[in-house]
Amino acid sequence: MKIDKNTINKIARLSRIKLDDKESEDYIKDLNSILDWVEQLNEVNTENVEPLSNISSSILPKREDVSKDTNSSEEILENAPDKLEGFFAVPKVVE
Amino acid sequence: MNNLIKGEKYDWEMVIGLEIHAQVKSNSKLFSSSSTKFGSSPNSQVSLVDAAMPGMLPVINKYCVEQAVKTGIGLNAKINNYSVFDRKNYFYADLPQGYQISQYKYPIVGEGKVTIDFKDGTSKDIRIVRLHLEQDAGKSLHDQNPSKTYVDLNRSGVALMEIVSEPDIRTPDEAGMYISKIRSILMYLDTCDGNMQEGSLRADVNISVRKPGDEYGTRCEIKNLNSIKFIKQAINYEAKRQIEILESGGSIEQNTMLFNTSTGKTRPMRNKEEAHDYRYFPDPDLLPLEISKEEIGKIKSSIPELPDELKNKFIETYKLSNYDASVLTAEKQTSDYFNETINSDPELKNHAKIVVNWITSELFSLLNKNNQDLNNSPVSPENLGQLIKLISTNEISGKIAKDVLEDMFSSGKTARQIVDEKGLQQVTDQGEIAKVIDEVIAENPKMVEQYLAGKDKLLGFFVGQAMKLTKGKANPKMLNDILKQKLNKKN
Repeated sequence: MKIDKNTINKIARLSRIKLDDKESEDYIKDLNSILDWVEQLNEVNTENVEPLSNISSSILPKREDVSKDTNSSEEILENAPDKLEGFFAVPKVVE
Repeated sequence: MNNLIKGEKYDWEMVIGLEIHAQVKSNSKLFSSSSTKFGSSPNSQVSLVDAAMPGMLPVINKYCVEQAVKTGIGLNAKINNYSVFDRKNYFYADLPQGYQISQYKYPIVGEGKVTIDFKDGTSKDIRIVRLHLEQDAGKSLHDQNPSKTYVDLNRSGVALMEIVSEPDIRTPDEAGMYISKIRSILMYLDTCDGNMQEGSLRADVNISVRKPGDEYGTRCEIKNLNSIKFIKQAINYEAKRQIEILESGGSIEQNTMLFNTSTGKTRPMRNKEEAHDYRYFPDPDLLPLEISKEEIGKIKSSIPELPDELKNKFIETYKLSNYDASVLTAEKQTSDYFNETINSDPELKNHAKIVVNWITSELFSLLNKNNQDLNNSPVSPENLGQLIKLISTNEISGKIAKDVLEDMFSSGKTARQIVDEKGLQQVTDQGEIAKVIDEVIAENPKMVEQYLAGKDKLLGFFVGQAMKLTKGKANPKMLNDILKQKLNKKN
């Protein structure tokens, strides 16, 4: 797999990152070399090998269904650039 | 059954599949301990996990997993011992993480089916593809301010079960019956409160049209419908729209649509260039979810009687029709009410059909009219049972019983009290009824003449007059019999 200009633009758009031409070129180079490096894994024959999802053989920890009163509104909104009456206020999202 | 709809040129068939989102009825969210309570002040139930603060880690709610398994069993579905949580990536203001934790390749529940029952006694299976667990998003308010959208994250992270059907549905009515059936199963299981108004249960509808026998057409998806009425409206509108395009030689563009509830129309939501690329991948914060056979067995044993089982039991025990039994069992509160009513007097078991009618037509229409719910019905099952017994023993007529029920509804008195106080007992004394009839005949000689000359319809007039004189209390059958007898004697 090769990363080209179109792919980089698509990734940038999906990530909501604006790249200028020079940055695009740099990222194309970087990402390609990362992919090349990972490609080496293709040399290993993985036929009939189950994908490994868990190296620690631990199991998914679960919690009981107990709700904790967070009363969070002040703390949660502290970092909001804009807020009103307990709501986050963001630029209008029109569907 | 003919399910086709007529276009200008051809007959068309709708092909419909539903994705139902059902909020798990739990105290806390799927991956955090924040409360799930509805209607609290904005952003008051948001933990640092829900707000996606850096470094926060999700920890799964054991109860939500059990509820999903329980629901899967209720949908006659395969429970997967192994499932995986994935990240579905997209940016939206009500999704602080920038991704929704969902299940993609390995859902917790696999293929199942539910049955819907038609009025004509037939039924149909709708196949379920899967059920998976995922996080709900926050809520956006778009109409409060011309330049801002307001965001409340209280709902963000609440556990959702997404139930995906095969495209087995062919009409708007079937779609309505299907979601009603799912809702009913969820409420019997108590895994979702089924409240469509509050958004605990909502659906996305996939719809395409085709000429009968053709391959599936290109489909459009209508997002986020929160009432059965809107689901039907949206399907009807969208099918018509697609047929018009196809018949005028165009082709359908696969699109995501929004339904405008005030105009009753659908419109495309996102343009094609922004077609979503969700880049699903396994969430590295969560290990795969494994459920043992023993755990599944334990959950299975906790499952209550479900609507279909109960329906069959009603059909067998009380000889009810498939349709009557399915109406009774559609909501748990209705079947509970029926059970309590019919068990309130041993006599009533022989009058099950009458009991059904009095609950599903008379009582329901009173409740509707007064905007009340069966759960807090002013008429208790015992009192309704007493009323029905008065009818079945001929103590009062069915017609008077309707007035009595209305009185019971508003005054809270028992049927017995009302009948005694108002002297509503049916007149079943032959002599008394005969006397009234004689009076009516004597007062209307012309009518009698016409009747005898062949105007049979006038019988109703005489019945009406006699009923009036007895204030509706004469036993209708006796009245009819004696009246005919007396009139014919004149001949």
